[in-house]
Amino acid sequence: MANQEVDQSKRKFLIAATSVAGGVAAAAVAVPFVTSMLPSERAKAAGAPVEADISKIESGSMITVEWRGKPVWIVNRNQAMLDALSKHDDKLSDPKLAVTSQQPDYCANPARSIKPNIMVLVGICTHLGCSPSPKLQTGGDMGAEWAGGFFCPCHGSRFDLAGRVFNGSPAPINLVVPPHKYISDAILLIGADDKGVA
Amino acid sequence: MANNTHQESKNLVGWIDARFPLSSTLKAHVTEYYAPKNFNFWYFFGALATLILAIQILTGIFLTMNYKPEASLAFASVEYIMRDVSWGRLIRYMHSTGASMFFVVIYLHMFRGLMYGSYKTPRELIWLFGVGIFLVLMGEAFFGYLLPWGQMSYWGAQVIINLFTSIPFIGPDISLWLRGDYTVSDATLNRFFAFHVIALPLVLLGLVVAHLIALHEVGSNNPDGVEIKKNKDPKTHIPLDGIPFHPYYTVKDLMGVSVFLLVFSAIIFFAPEMGGYFLEANNFIPADPLKTPAHIAPVWYFTPYYSILRAVPPILNSQFPGVAAMGLSVVSFAFLPWLDRSPVKSIRYRGNLYKKWLAAFVVSFLILGYLGTEPSNVWGQFSVNIPLLGGADRATVVARIFSVVYFSFFALMPWYTKRDKTKPVPERVTG
Amino acid sequence: MKTKILLVLALLVPLMATANEGVKLDHAPIDPNNQASLQRGAKTFVNYCLNCHSAAYMRYNRLQDIGLTDEQIKSNLMFTGEKVGDTMTVAMQKAEAKAWFGVTPPDLSVEARARGADWIYSYLRSFYRDDTRPTGWNNLVYEKVAMPHVLWTLQGEQVLKVDEKTETHRLVLNKPGIQTPAEYDQTIADLVNYLVFTAEPYKERDKHLGLLVLAFLGLLFVLSYYLKKEFWKDIH
Repeated sequence: MANQEVDQSKRKFLIAATSVAGGVAAAAVAVPFVTSMLPSERAKAAGAPVEADISKIESGSMITVEWRGKPVWIVNRNQAMLDALSKHDDKLSDPKLAVTSQQPDYCANPARSIKPNIMVLVGICTHLGCSPSPKLQTGGDMGAEWAGGFFCPCHGSRFDLAGRVFNGSPAPINLVVPPHKYISDAILLIGADDKGVA
Repeated sequence: MANNTHQESKNLVGWIDARFPLSSTLKAHVTEYYAPKNFNFWYFFGALATLILAIQILTGIFLTMNYKPEASLAFASVEYIMRDVSWGRLIRYMHSTGASMFFVVIYLHMFRGLMYGSYKTPRELIWLFGVGIFLVLMGEAFFGYLLPWGQMSYWGAQVIINLFTSIPFIGPDISLWLRGDYTVSDATLNRFFAFHVIALPLVLLGLVVAHLIALHEVGSNNPDGVEIKKNKDPKTHIPLDGIPFHPYYTVKDLMGVSVFLLVFSAIIFFAPEMGGYFLEANNFIPADPLKTPAHIAPVWYFTPYYSILRAVPPILNSQFPGVAAMGLSVVSFAFLPWLDRSPVKSIRYRGNLYKKWLAAFVVSFLILGYLGTEPSNVWGQFSVNIPLLGGADRATVVARIFSVVYFSFFALMPWYTKRDKTKPVPERVTG
Repeated sequence: MKTKILLVLALLVPLMATANEGVKLDHAPIDPNNQASLQRGAKTFVNYCLNCHSAAYMRYNRLQDIGLTDEQIKSNLMFTGEKVGDTMTVAMQKAEAKAWFGVTPPDLSVEARARGADWIYSYLRSFYRDDTRPTGWNNLVYEKVAMPHVLWTLQGEQVLKVDEKTETHRLVLNKPGIQTPAEYDQTIADLVNYLVFTAEPYKERDKHLGLLVLAFLGLLFVLSYYLKKEFWKDIH
């Protein structure tokens, strides 16, 4: 029985071609499994944008709404609060908002807001995730220098009334400003803006 | 001819080999494991069964991420998977189709064994592990089917667990213990979930490993039933009719796998319900303990044995004989190595007696299987004027006849295999 | 040879099964790719069915798959201020429904899979007036059904005419509704089309994907076949 010459190049080609096809198949099969672990339609529906009525918030106070399981603060800053914002840049870790991921570009301004008086912040400390306590009034138990803001009881991080983090805080970056837009003067939509749903 | 110079590789593989028998195992079981060169179509199904086991485990894990094993949540969680989880519909269908395909492949795999005498010496233990795998697989399918908590799930479980009640003396207690409640309920669902997701899969994996170890110990049979180890090359001691599993059977099995995946994909994308045989319409109604559907049938792969159960009438006011007959019909496979008295393994060299009985067995299996999917009155009744049979359901009479044929295949085997006029078996394989 | 014949005959056995006893069902003329039909069906469903029946596993925003935008869904198909990502639940309490109708109206999310399109199509066209029933309606496909003929304004009223001699019965339109019989059949076909969609929203999408998968697997088979043939030249 004569052995045929083994056509090595043909074998190499067929092995390569089949391996490539097999690799593509394996990758294609992996896609539905990996994708199935992303948030489901139910999670996305539960995480849908939330409307908040801001018409009743008194000047100088705030309300809290829930979005995607997290507290979102809406602060109606009065003029004194707004004036105080520009006076302590030297005490802030990131006064110029260098970390751009913490606010949408329409809030990349010193007040970190669309309308100057309405501040929208995700109330989760950027250190390890506790929810800071509002300390909107000046002075009090925060000391005479305190111009209003938020204090995290877990490890002592402090934020001003634009959610910017103070030097010396364990938290490294400013509080998150979520995507939001005004549906009307009285209704604020949190979790979506003109680019779409977050 | 390759020179087996055993060189210690001074690389990663060498590092592993000094600590773990990687290369030696691959040699012994893959690259220098010699399988008969004349494997045909019927030899694809073992590899396919292993593939399906892997598919079931993978899809099962991902289903468990979203399924809720609680009576009030289960049905909704399956719809959640079908609608709200990305690609959940396909993952669910891969699992349900995989379950039915597992049985298709296993029945074909067993049939190969019957045709070629793969259960005969020295392969009795491979066969027994296989029977064990078959029994565990039936349990796995039964437990899994309750999980969607549809009408068929619920009432199928109710009926089958009630079968245990007919066991003399201890029956009702066993049923109560199995259910964990006075009727099939959330307690039953939760424990069936535990059995289905972890307990039986572990047992199954263990039995499959044992099955393969036993196989590799003696080597595969082949369509001619010739022992290839009887004719080895005097110098290399390699069986003359043997070829290394890799690359020849890895490459051939790859081909078989791609055909299987074509069939599998056609089903999951275009006909996952398979006309109601893979996914039954009644199971899209949530389980209702107060309302039994008009027509309960087990899933198709259980129907031959269910047919036998139904064919046996109550004896001395007990359903137990029917239950025992059903159990015997499954367990009978285990006795084959000792029932078969033929000196010849493969059907190619057997006489007409065996061929006729095997054909009769297959016909019985198929007819009993079909009858099990239908209610007993599917073919109407015999006219009352006929003596003996008058008024009886035709389907029940047919089921009884074929149940007798089914058991006779096993019971009479010692007699007809001894009497059979066999043909001379060749020394070497014929291909 | 004989054994082969026997085997083939055995496989033909299922054909011997007698036809299903009961009512003969009409075939539902539905096209799952006809988005206009599906949208009309969605509208009928939301206006007539959703008052009593929930479709608790179906989200409103899934209707994007039949060509509707979120705004269209909200303005045309949502009446009680839910969000577009919500599921189609119904206000009627289960206990109340049971008290009023004797049975809770079943959730319709997967009804088309449980009953089949032909059954629902026939059922919704087989209501007839029957004063012996509490609702005044009976149904040829589902005898003594607890559901009233919700769509009677569209179809009109049918009555059951029994022919004593031939022992047959048929439904006759006694009082016409605002739709002609042909229009009503179309409305029901659209509704059934929608119910089939609602039972499995991703069925058509997955069929399209399936064609690609099968084509790719065909290629994989061809490659593996030639690979096998090449290696097996070594044997014999």
